[in-house]
Amino acid sequence: MKGCACCQTKESCPFASAMEGKAGYKGRILLMGNPNVGKSAIFSRLTGVHALSSNYPGTTVGFTEGRLQLGKAAYRLIDVPGAYTLEPTNEAEEVACRILDEGADAVIVVLDATALERSLFLALQILEKGLPTVLVLNMSDEARHKGIEIDEKALEREVGVPVVSTVAVSGVGIKELLRAIGEARIVIPHHSSNEERWQRIGEIVSRVQRISHRHHTFKDRIEDISVHPLWGGILGAFVLAISFLSIRYIGEGLINYVLDPIFDAFWLPLLERISTALGGEGLLHSLLIGSLIEGRIDLEQSFGVLSTGVYVPIVMVFPYVLAFYAALSILEDIGYLPRLAVIFDALLHKLGLHGYAIVPNLLGLGCNVPGIMATRVLESERERFIASTLISVAVPCAGLQAMILGTLGTYGLKYVLTVYGTLFAAWLILGRILHAALPGYSPELIVEIPPYRLPRLRGFTTKLFFRAKEFFTDAIPLVFVGILIAGLLYESGIINVLTGAAAPIFDGVLGLPPETAGPILLGFLRKDVAVGFLLPLGLEPHQLVVASVTLSMTFPCIATFVVLLKELGVKRLLEALAIMIIAALAAGGTLNFLFSLAR
Amino acid sequence: MNVEVPLNELPDEAEAYILSLPHGESGRRLEAMGLRPGKRIRKVYGMPFHGPITISLDGRQIAIGHGISAKIKVRPASKEENR
Repeated sequence: MKGCACCQTKESCPFASAMEGKAGYKGRILLMGNPNVGKSAIFSRLTGVHALSSNYPGTTVGFTEGRLQLGKAAYRLIDVPGAYTLEPTNEAEEVACRILDEGADAVIVVLDATALERSLFLALQILEKGLPTVLVLNMSDEARHKGIEIDEKALEREVGVPVVSTVAVSGVGIKELLRAIGEARIVIPHHSSNEERWQRIGEIVSRVQRISHRHHTFKDRIEDISVHPLWGGILGAFVLAISFLSIRYIGEGLINYVLDPIFDAFWLPLLERISTALGGEGLLHSLLIGSLIEGRIDLEQSFGVLSTGVYVPIVMVFPYVLAFYAALSILEDIGYLPRLAVIFDALLHKLGLHGYAIVPNLLGLGCNVPGIMATRVLESERERFIASTLISVAVPCAGLQAMILGTLGTYGLKYVLTVYGTLFAAWLILGRILHAALPGYSPELIVEIPPYRLPRLRGFTTKLFFRAKEFFTDAIPLVFVGILIAGLLYESGIINVLTGAAAPIFDGVLGLPPETAGPILLGFLRKDVAVGFLLPLGLEPHQLVVASVTLSMTFPCIATFVVLLKELGVKRLLEALAIMIIAALAAGGTLNFLFSLAR
Repeated sequence: MNVEVPLNELPDEAEAYILSLPHGESGRRLEAMGLRPGKRIRKVYGMPFHGPITISLDGRQIAIGHGISAKIKVRPASKEENR
C-alpha cells in the first residue's frame, strides 16, 4: 500500500481508509491483539509489506494493509491497532472495534506468550464474535527464556481453534501460521460477562501453562531503576542528552565531511556549466539556477530548483533527519519511550496531558505528521486537541531544526538555545493556558511498560531505510514545489503586495523588515525551505531568532495542516490555527521586546 | 493482618494483593490489562510530585497515574506470604 503524497509515513496516511476496495481480493483477514505483541512484525512477515514496528504500545494507530497469498487466493490482510478490550477505552481501540465490526473472513489473534492471561481476555472477546479465528503465541522464545512453558496443543483443545507458536522478528513459525490460517475455525458464539471470562481464563491458564521460578536478573534491575524517582530521572536526562548530542554530531559530521565535499566537487561545477549554457539570466535561469551572488552560484542563497532546491533538503536537512530517526529507532526498539512517560507524567499533568503524551511530542520532533497521528493513543478528545496543538505550535520538526542549527549556529550557540528555550517556554505556557481554558478533566496514565529488548540490526536498518525513503519521496517534491512557487512569486512581484500588507505587523510587533513576510508565508509549504529564504535578507542574528520562532510557531506546513484537519475536524482546526497565530505573534513580539531592552 | 491501603501509600518494593479497582473507564482498562481483585502485585516505585506508580504484575511493568492509584485498594502481603 502507498500512502497519499503528503504523508510522511504510509501506515499513518489519513486517507488510508479511502483507498480501500481494491479489486482482486477474495476477502479480508484481520491481525488483532494487545498493544506491543508484535502484530506489525507478523504483518511484515506475512505480506512482505513494511509496517513500522517498535517496542512500545501504540506504534500502529492507523491501519496498514497488505496482500496475503493463501494458495491461489489473495486476501487483504489488515494490521489492526492494538487493543486490550473490545469495550474501547481510547481512539486506537475504537478503530480496532470498527474494523472488527465490519466483519472478516478470518481473524488472526496475536497473543503475547509472556503474558498469556492478559492476552486471552481480548482473544475470548474476539472468539465470541463467531468469526473464523486462529491464535498465535508470539514471542515464544522470550517466554521460554523467562521459564514460561505453554502447551500449544492443550491450548488448542481448550479454545477450539488452531494455535501456532511464533517468533515474528526472526520468522520462526510463520510457515505453520500460513497453513493454520486455512484451518481457522469458528467457535459457537455465546456472550459472557467479564467475570465469566476471567474465570474461564483462569481454568485455561492452569491447564496449559507452567512457570518455573526465576530469580531477579540484571535486566529486571535496570528496568526497575529506569522508573526510580531519582535514578530514573537521571537516566532519562542522560539518555535524552546523549540522543540530542549524537544527532547533532552525526548530522553535522555527515554535512561537513561527506555531503558538502561531494556537492562542491561534483554538483556545483555541473550547475556552473548549466548556468553558462543558459546565458546566466532569464526566467528559466532564475527558476532552475536562481540568482547569482557576486557572479557565482551560491547553493544556499541562489534559490533555483537545482541549486538551493537540491542543496537544502539533501545536504542541510537530510543528515539531521537521518540522525534523528537513527536515534529514535534505537530508543523505540529498546523500549525506552514508555519509561519517559513515567518520568514526564507529573509535568505533563500541568498541561492537561498525561505522561504518554511525551511519545507523540517526541515523534513530532522528527515530523509533526506522525506525531499528531500518534496522539490517538491518548484517551480523550480534549487531550488530543491539546497535544496536537502543542505539537504544531511548539515542536519543531527535524527539517526546521536542521535549518535553524545551520543558519543560527554560525552566529553562536546562544542564539540557537534562545530559539529552543522560547519554543519550550511556549510549549509549557500554552499547555497551561489550554488546560485551564478547556472544559473537562484529563484522564490519567495507564500504560504497560515493555521489557527492554536488544534492537535487531535488520529491523533497525529496514526502519531507517523506510523513514529515509519517505523523506525523499514525500518531502523533497514539496521542497521543489515550494522553491518553484517562491521563484514565481518573486519574479511576478506578487510578493511585494503581500509584504506591503504584512508590513505593520512585521515592523511594529516583531521588529522584522516586511520582506520576512514572504518566507514566513512560504512556511506553509515547507518550513525548512522557508528558513532558507530568510538567509539572503541580511537579518541581524537577533532578528533571525525572532523570525525562526515566529516561523516555527505560526501556521503549520501543508502536510501537518492536512493531518490536523483529518484528526481534529474543521472547527477544531480553525481554533488551533487561531491559537497558533496568536501564540506566534505573542512569542515573537515578546522576544523582540526583550531584545530591544537588551540593546 | 488484613489492612486495606491505597496503592500509592504502599511502600516501594512491597508486595500486595489487589482488593478493588476504581469504577469506570480506568478500572475497565486496568481489568483488560489483567489487573483485577485477587492478583498479587509488586509496587516497583512511585514518582514524586504526584507522579505515577509503577507496579509489576506477572513480571510485567504497568505505570498507573497517581490519581487512579489512590483509588486502587490493596492488602499488603504478610511475611508468611512473601516468597
